[in-house]
Amino acid sequence: MKKKRVIPGFGLSLGITLTMLSIIVLIPLASLVVFTARMEWKDIIATITRGRVLSSFYVSFLTAFVASVINAVMGMVLAWVLVRYDFPGKRLMDGMIELPFALPTAVAGMSLTFLTTDNGWIGSFFAKFGIHIAYTRIGITVALIFIGIPFVIRSVQPVLEKLDPAYEEAAGVLGASRFTIFWKVIFPEVKPALFAGFGLAFGRCLGEYGSVVFIAGNKPYYTEITPLIIMSELQEYDYSSATAIALVMLITAFLILFINNMIQARNTRILTGGR
Amino acid sequence: MSGKVQKTGDVKKKREQQGSRVTKWLLIGLSVLFLGVMLVLPLCAVLVQAFRNGMDAYLEAVTDEYTVKAVLLTLEATVVAVVFNTIFGLFAAWCITKFHFKGKKLLSTLIDVPVTVSPIIAGLIFILVFGRQSFLYPYLEALDIKIVFAVPGIILATVFVTFPFISRELIPVLEAQGTDEEEAAALMGAKGFTIFRKVTFPHIKWALLYGIVLCTARAMGEFGAVSVLSGHLRGKTNTLPLHIEILFNEFKYIPAFAVSTILVVMAVLLLIIRSIVEYRGKKKEE
Repeated sequence: MKKKRVIPGFGLSLGITLTMLSIIVLIPLASLVVFTARMEWKDIIATITRGRVLSSFYVSFLTAFVASVINAVMGMVLAWVLVRYDFPGKRLMDGMIELPFALPTAVAGMSLTFLTTDNGWIGSFFAKFGIHIAYTRIGITVALIFIGIPFVIRSVQPVLEKLDPAYEEAAGVLGASRFTIFWKVIFPEVKPALFAGFGLAFGRCLGEYGSVVFIAGNKPYYTEITPLIIMSELQEYDYSSATAIALVMLITAFLILFINNMIQARNTRILTGGR
Repeated sequence: MSGKVQKTGDVKKKREQQGSRVTKWLLIGLSVLFLGVMLVLPLCAVLVQAFRNGMDAYLEAVTDEYTVKAVLLTLEATVVAVVFNTIFGLFAAWCITKFHFKGKKLLSTLIDVPVTVSPIIAGLIFILVFGRQSFLYPYLEALDIKIVFAVPGIILATVFVTFPFISRELIPVLEAQGTDEEEAAALMGAKGFTIFRKVTFPHIKWALLYGIVLCTARAMGEFGAVSVLSGHLRGKTNTLPLHIEILFNEFKYIPAFAVSTILVVMAVLLLIIRSIVEYRGKKKEE
């Protein structure tokens, strides 16, 4: 089975890759595990079941979930519009999608806060109806929507582009309405990509810090997200509590990544055509 | 008979087309509204606020001593991150796409880990490695090396957060290209670096540039991880995003927005480069 490698540089490239990976990623992450191993089990449980921590989990999950659902729906619409329709300014719109990746989260958070306070451009409109955005959970959700916009679009877009129009035509010839065509022919093909994009956005939103600190107001039990609790523990040099809470977040993140990879594997099969 | 069927078919088709046109413009309108409110408006808000007190106030905020120092520190961290991750990205992509070995899948999963980790946790792990409770701390102290709450920590955090950005762009391109060309070149006696320069590099040029652009954008804007590791010392360990946060928390809104424009301009520039790179890449594919 051992085949001689023709292309040079295997040892060198693997060596450099592993060294750099160890220094930057593996050793620091291992330190988290080592540090946790030194802590008592019941201390960890006591830390993560504190009322304030539990309610931060709830706020983080709720806002990230709502934001990701909104992004899934809007991402589907945007991907559809960008793939299927021609209209002036389409390329500009396509180029704009990545803005949340390019714009620093702190700037985005600050700007959104300015817009959505009760006398901001958007906030003053909603304040008339008694809806307050900045410094509430709605505000956190708005910031997370901003952060998550590109994920679903960029995950659904390539699948829609590859979709063979022959199936839709066949369904149309057989008399299906456009709504039926969408639900029965297009949606099942796009679904794995949609879920993958949703998962990526959800994972990103759970960990987001920069944009949320500005808009959240950070009231305990109400708008305090989990990364913020970790931050305040760190500022009090309480590394054990910070690590315990971080561990919960890390496990959740890996779980999401794992589920996502499974969906993604199916997705790739659809994209490459093989089954 | 057949004419009649044809006719009703036409009418149906027409109505269908009309219906689809309404849907089309409804969906486009919805998209424009969504992106307008969520992306364009925040961008405009930054620019309008920055210049609200006129050009002089703007220039004063941007050329402030601490702002300039923050810009320099941000540039320093960004350059180190881009250089480090480019080297890593090239070697990792070469290693993963040109050879078969055990544990390849695990390796590529591990490379992607930094993207899934919350920036706060990224900061935390470096505190655990180099901070006061670490077993390394006495040695670092003895050698008078400061990492946590100092510039090296900021650079480390930036490198971590942007770690997979370049390799992730290169790997799919090299995977699609296969290994035939490199094998042929190697069999004809070309050396490793010559193969890379003459055979591989032309394929990945645009992907590499795109990766560097993404890496730069993220490195300049990183907030959470850097915020954990920075001592928040003005003029010493404040990057541009941290400087903006301080100004904002001191209710100096106009300077905060003025300084933000530097990052906004960079972001827009990066998006333009990205579009050009993508366009070029697509054209080459065709």
